[in-house]
Amino acid sequence: MKLSTFKKGLHPEDYKYFSHDKAIEILPLPDDVYIPLQQHIGATCEPLVKKGDKVKTGQIIANTGSYVSAPVHSSITGVVMDIEKYYHPLGMRATMIHIKREGEEEWELLEKIDDWKWAPKEKLLDTIRNAGIVGLGGATFPTHVKLNPPEDKAIDSFILNGVECEPYLTSDDRLMVEQTDKVLLGMAIMMHILDVKKGYIGIENNKPEAIAQMQKRVVELGYPFTVVPLKVKYPQGAEKMLIYSVLRRKVPYGKLPMDVGVVVNNVATAYAVAEAVTEAKPLVRRVVTVTGDGVNEPKNLMARLGTPFKNLFDACGNVKDDVHRIFMGGPMMGMTQYHLESPVVKGSSGIVAVTGELVEEITTFPCIRCGACVHICPMNLMPLRLSKFSQAKEVEKLDEFGIMNCIECGSCSFICPANIPLVQWIKVGKIRVRETAAKKSKEKA
Amino acid sequence: MTEKTSAPKELKEEIKMDITPEKETQKPVEEKSPVRPNPPAGGEGAKPKPDPRRRLFKTDRMTIVAPAPHNKGKQSVPRIMYTVIAALLPALIVSLMLFGTKAMVTVLVAVFAAMVAEYACNKIMKTGLTIDDGSAILTGILLAMTLPPSFPIAATALGAVVAIVFGKQVFGGLGANIFNPALLGRAFLQASFPVKITTWTLPAFAASDAVTGATPLGLFKFEGISTALKPLLFGNVGGCIGETSAIALLIGGIILVILRYADWRIPLSYIGTVFVFSGALWLINPEIYPNPLFMVFSGGLILGAFFMATDMVTSPVTPLGTWIYGIGMGVVLVVIRVWGGLPEGVMYSILFMNGLVPLLNRWTRPKYFGEIQVEKKKN
Repeated sequence: MKLSTFKKGLHPEDYKYFSHDKAIEILPLPDDVYIPLQQHIGATCEPLVKKGDKVKTGQIIANTGSYVSAPVHSSITGVVMDIEKYYHPLGMRATMIHIKREGEEEWELLEKIDDWKWAPKEKLLDTIRNAGIVGLGGATFPTHVKLNPPEDKAIDSFILNGVECEPYLTSDDRLMVEQTDKVLLGMAIMMHILDVKKGYIGIENNKPEAIAQMQKRVVELGYPFTVVPLKVKYPQGAEKMLIYSVLRRKVPYGKLPMDVGVVVNNVATAYAVAEAVTEAKPLVRRVVTVTGDGVNEPKNLMARLGTPFKNLFDACGNVKDDVHRIFMGGPMMGMTQYHLESPVVKGSSGIVAVTGELVEEITTFPCIRCGACVHICPMNLMPLRLSKFSQAKEVEKLDEFGIMNCIECGSCSFICPANIPLVQWIKVGKIRVRETAAKKSKEKA
Repeated sequence: MTEKTSAPKELKEEIKMDITPEKETQKPVEEKSPVRPNPPAGGEGAKPKPDPRRRLFKTDRMTIVAPAPHNKGKQSVPRIMYTVIAALLPALIVSLMLFGTKAMVTVLVAVFAAMVAEYACNKIMKTGLTIDDGSAILTGILLAMTLPPSFPIAATALGAVVAIVFGKQVFGGLGANIFNPALLGRAFLQASFPVKITTWTLPAFAASDAVTGATPLGLFKFEGISTALKPLLFGNVGGCIGETSAIALLIGGIILVILRYADWRIPLSYIGTVFVFSGALWLINPEIYPNPLFMVFSGGLILGAFFMATDMVTSPVTPLGTWIYGIGMGVVLVVIRVWGGLPEGVMYSILFMNGLVPLLNRWTRPKYFGEIQVEKKKN
C-alpha cells in the first residue's frame, strides 16, 4: 500500500530506538518546582499568589483576563518561596513562581463535569481553559481558542497529530500505546465541542505499535475515526504538512487550518483534555522523553511541570561525561539548554542530550547552488536565496520570495552540503522583515 | 571553535561564561538576558569572542549553545566533488586504454596545473586553502577530457590555469562562477589554438598506428560520412580524451543521477531535446540531416549532459528552471551541429545556457505552498 504523505521534505535518521519501547515512568515529586508565568502563546499571566502562600496541586497560581491565554497551575503541594526571574528553557530569564514541596499532596480539582456528552459547549471550553491546556506538541497555542473557531468558519474535519516527526522524541508514541483510551476520549471530546463528524489520526509508519493499538481500540470502542498511517518524512508533524498529507488540502499563505475546515490537535493535548473533562484534573504534568546518546538510561517520564531538568536527568542515570549539546524538543527545531535548572514547561516534549558524534564541529563551504534546499523545502521556498537576501538585508526581496511562509523546520540547514546555516539566516531575515514593517507603520502613524 | 561553528553572528549569544556558584543560583543576580531576542545592527568587533561552550549547572561539563537544527545530514561539498571524480573514472580508464600514455599525461598535467593555479589564487586572495575540496581536481579532469589526446602539454596547462583563474577565482571562488570553469578553459584553448584542438588522434586499435583522423561529427559535417553506432558506444572512434566511449560515460553518469549528485532532469531534457529535435529533422529529410541516435552518441553530448551541464554551481536550482535549461541546451546544440560552422556544439550550448542560469533562477521561483489558492480566491 502506498502511504500518504506531503511533497518534498526529507528523512533524517530518527534515533527513536533509544526510548520507543520504554514504558512511561512516573517521576517522583520534585522538592522544588519553578513555574514560568508564560508557557504559551498569548498574554502573560499575572501571579495570583505571593511569597509564603500555601498552594495545593492544581491550584491556579497565575491567570489573566485575556482570551488568548491559559492559566498556570501549581504542580505540587507546598509553599511559594518567591516570584523571581529564573532560567527559562526557551533561552532567557523569565519570571517564575518557585514552590517548595511541603506535606502530603492535596489536589484542587476543576469543576466536575458529569457527562460531557450532554454538557454545554461553553462549559467544556471553560473547563479546558481553566485546566490550562495548550497545544502540547510544542507550539503551545491555547487549545480552547483552537476549539472555538469563529462562526463563519465551517469546520468539517479533525486531525489528531500523532506524527511525532522530530527525531529522538517518543512521548506521543508512548501515550498512544499506553493511554490509547484516554487519547481517543480526548479526541472525541474535542470533536464533540467542534461538532465535527470526520476524525483522522495521523501516525507515521515508524510507530507500528501505536498504529496497531490505535486501530484496535478505535474499532473496539466504536469511534468513527480513521487511523491514517503516513510515510516517515520530516516535517510531517507541522500542521500544514499534516493537513496536506491526510486530506490533500493546502492551507493558503497567511491563513490558519480552520480556513480549510480543519482543526489539528496533538496526542498529548487530547490526553490532557480527557483528564481535565472526565477527571477534573488540570494540566500539571506531561510526558517528557529524556533521550539521546548522552543519557545513560533513556526514558519516557511523566513529569510535573516546573520540574528542573536536572531531576529528569538524575532519574535517567545522569548525562554522560562527553555530552556535547542538550536541547529541549527535537534536534531539528529544539532549543539548546545552557542551564539544567531550567524547568519542564507545557511545550517540553523531550530533552535530548547528545555526545560529539552526532553534532560535530563543521566547516562552512560557499554555496554551490546544488539546489538541495530548494528540492526539500516543504513550503516550496528557496532557502539559498532567502539566506543571501537576509545577509544582504534586502527586505523587499525577502518579501518577494515569501520568507514569511517559512515554518523554520530546519530541513534546509540539515541537508545543506556546504553547511550553511540557512534556517538561522532566514530567522534573522524574518526579524528584519518584521522590524521594517513596524518602522513603516510607525512612519505612517 | 567560534570560527568553525557557522551560525550567523546575530544568533550567537553574547553572554560570557555563566558559572554561577551553587548558592547564588537560588536567587540569580539580575544581569543581561542571555539571549537577545533581536539581533544587533552589527559593529560588535570590539567585544571579545564568546566561548560557545557553557558550563552546566553543578557540573564541569561544557555544552554548546547554538540555534536549531542540532542535527546534520551527511552530505558535504568535498564528498560531492570526489564522488563526481569517482564517477568519471570508468570513462577515464577507457580513454587511457584507447589513447595510451598521451592521454594520461594530458590528464595529469591538467589536474596539476589546476591545483597549482587554485593554490596560487588562494594565497594571493588570502581566502584560505581550498585545494582539498576537490573542485580544482574535478575541473582539471573535465578540461583534459575535452581535449584531443595529442594536444600540447604546455597548452593544456595554460588551459587549466585559465579555467581556474578566469573561470572560477575571479568571480570569487567556488560557488560564485557563472560559467563552467572547465568549459571556459576549453573555449579559451579553442580560440587560441584552433588547429591543434581539432587535430584528432584515432584510438590505438582503430588503426594499426595512432594516426590523425577526424571525429565522427567532423566526418559527417565536412565529408557526409556517418559512423555506425557500435564504435560510438565503445569509444573506438576519433575524438577528445573523455568523450569517445558513450557506455563508460553512461555508467558514471547514471551512478551520479542515482546518488542525486546530478539532477536527472538535466541529462534527460538535454539529450531528449537533441533526440527529438534532430529526429524531427531526420524524418523531414534523412539524406541531409543525421540520424538522431548518431547525434546523441557522437561527440561530447553524453559527457557534457551528465558531467558538465549538471555542474551544480552553473545549473539552475528550481525544477522548472532546470527543464528550460536542458531544453535550451538541446536546441542550441542541434542548431550549431546542423546549421552552424562547427561540427561540435556541446561546449557552446552549455556555456550559452550557463549565462542564462541567474535569470532562470529568478524567473522560475517555485510557487510556495498554498500560494496558488490565494490567487484563485482573489479572482
